[in-house]
Amino acid sequence: MGNRVAICAMAQVKNEPNVWYQRFQGMLLDCLEPILQQTGVTYDTDKGIRNIVTCSDDVFDARTISDNGMTDVVGAHFRGEEKTAQDGLNGLGYAMACILSGHDDVVLFMGHCKESQTESRNMSTNLAYDPFFCRPVGMDFLNVNAFQARAYMEKAGVTDEHLAEVVVRSRENAAMNPFARESGKVTKEDVLNSPFLADPIRELHAYPVTDWAVGMLLCCEERVKEFTDNPVWITGFGNCMDRYFVGDRDLTSNFSLKKACEKAYGMAGIKDPKSDVDVIELSDAYAHQLPMLAEGIGLAGEGQGGKWIESGGPAKANVNLSGGMLNGNPIMLGGVARAVEGYIQLRGEAGDRQVDGAKRALAHGTTGGACQHQTVLILEK
Amino acid sequence: MKEGFDTTDCFLVDGKLALPYTYFAGRVGSKFLTTIRDEKKIMGIKCNKCNKVFVPPRQTCDVCMEDIRDNWVDVQNTGKVTNFTVVRYDDKHLPKKAPYVLAMIQLDGADTPLVHVVEGIDLDKAKIGMKVQAVFAKETTNTILDIDHFAPA
Ligand SMILES: [Zn+2]
Repeated sequence: MGNRVAICAMAQVKNEPNVWYQRFQGMLLDCLEPILQQTGVTYDTDKGIRNIVTCSDDVFDARTISDNGMTDVVGAHFRGEEKTAQDGLNGLGYAMACILSGHDDVVLFMGHCKESQTESRNMSTNLAYDPFFCRPVGMDFLNVNAFQARAYMEKAGVTDEHLAEVVVRSRENAAMNPFARESGKVTKEDVLNSPFLADPIRELHAYPVTDWAVGMLLCCEERVKEFTDNPVWITGFGNCMDRYFVGDRDLTSNFSLKKACEKAYGMAGIKDPKSDVDVIELSDAYAHQLPMLAEGIGLAGEGQGGKWIESGGPAKANVNLSGGMLNGNPIMLGGVARAVEGYIQLRGEAGDRQVDGAKRALAHGTTGGACQHQTVLILEK
Repeated sequence: MKEGFDTTDCFLVDGKLALPYTYFAGRVGSKFLTTIRDEKKIMGIKCNKCNKVFVPPRQTCDVCMEDIRDNWVDVQNTGKVTNFTVVRYDDKHLPKKAPYVLAMIQLDGADTPLVHVVEGIDLDKAKIGMKVQAVFAKETTNTILDIDHFAPA
């Protein structure tokens, strides 16, 4: 039994603002069928897919047990089916654990989220908080992230101009990614003139409402050749949950991200992410989070986010060449979209945005207000 | 729109997830909320090991893992703003009409800030360090909104 887990295949639909004309089941089927075709994997209960990890959210799907709505579609009858109800990157980590523990050889991962289905993404994230102290005062991920943005910009010398640069670059990179949401290029002036949503967060600092679905097939090392000649290996994983109440936390310390990195770097043997990782994808749902998360993973110095942007840090370290979450991926799947970019880059299939000789990628995902829960996945060629 | 997608017979049905609930607030949460409602007084819970006073209260100190549920202390109805945003969007889950200030407020005598609304100031005058004071609601809603908002002290 080998000690590595491979991603053998990946299929996605394009990130779109509003897939009103297709149910999420149809979006998932558009991902599943190419995976079956690419790999020839079956649902044979000895040799095929015996366990399926899904990622979805009850509130965004407007139903309880949201995975129930896709059991048929992903072929989960008479076998294991388990749901991740937070960033799907944890589902990939869980699928990896299913294989490393020897319980499964082959695991299918399927995730979907149609943010457009709900009238208000902020109403949905308000429900992430308790009904006693936080929901009644209207806390949601947007206004809580605004607390983080204010504190972080102050700490790290990040200005409104810096954030505008982050948004402009995100949209430019996304224009080279055929599966990215067509959010459109913007100028610095567009960003600086965009209205405030929750100061200091402006409209263009916030990721736009997005619908997406994606699937991946994972398999143990010894059987990988049955499914692909070009596997991408998962070599590191870590996650960590910070405290619940925002008043208990240091919102800018990246506490849980640093812990997640410790675990993932230790597992993958990464000493210094600046030199040891070729492609970096961070779930920057809000523009200020790009430099902040870069600090958290050890790419930028503590409190140096502003300088990091000024010195061209994001481009130098190949950060978010996909366009990042900021250009548009749905909540729940931000981290998976990061892993998808890593997978594409390591396979050498990234076209105009290909990083030459990319050997190792880092994918980051986060769940909760102000990055409460953080996840890091390391991929290698 | 996906290229070439045939939208013949594609129809959107309106729906809603809405289900009224009652949630037990826990003994600690209950006492905190009913004291605000009945006595117009805000209480915290102190960990005698690390000396931190938590607001909102909780029954275990997550650092020391001490059971602190009985260590009630009065905190002041006044405090200072440690962080804030101006909410400029309207939505059904929000307690006030935009624009308004949502702040993290560290009450005098507490170590952990509480999130609440600040009213009665010009939006561009809001700042960190600002002194504020609780304004209690005239009519109870049996929620944390029995503190209606905070106002400059
Ligand atoms: Zn303590």
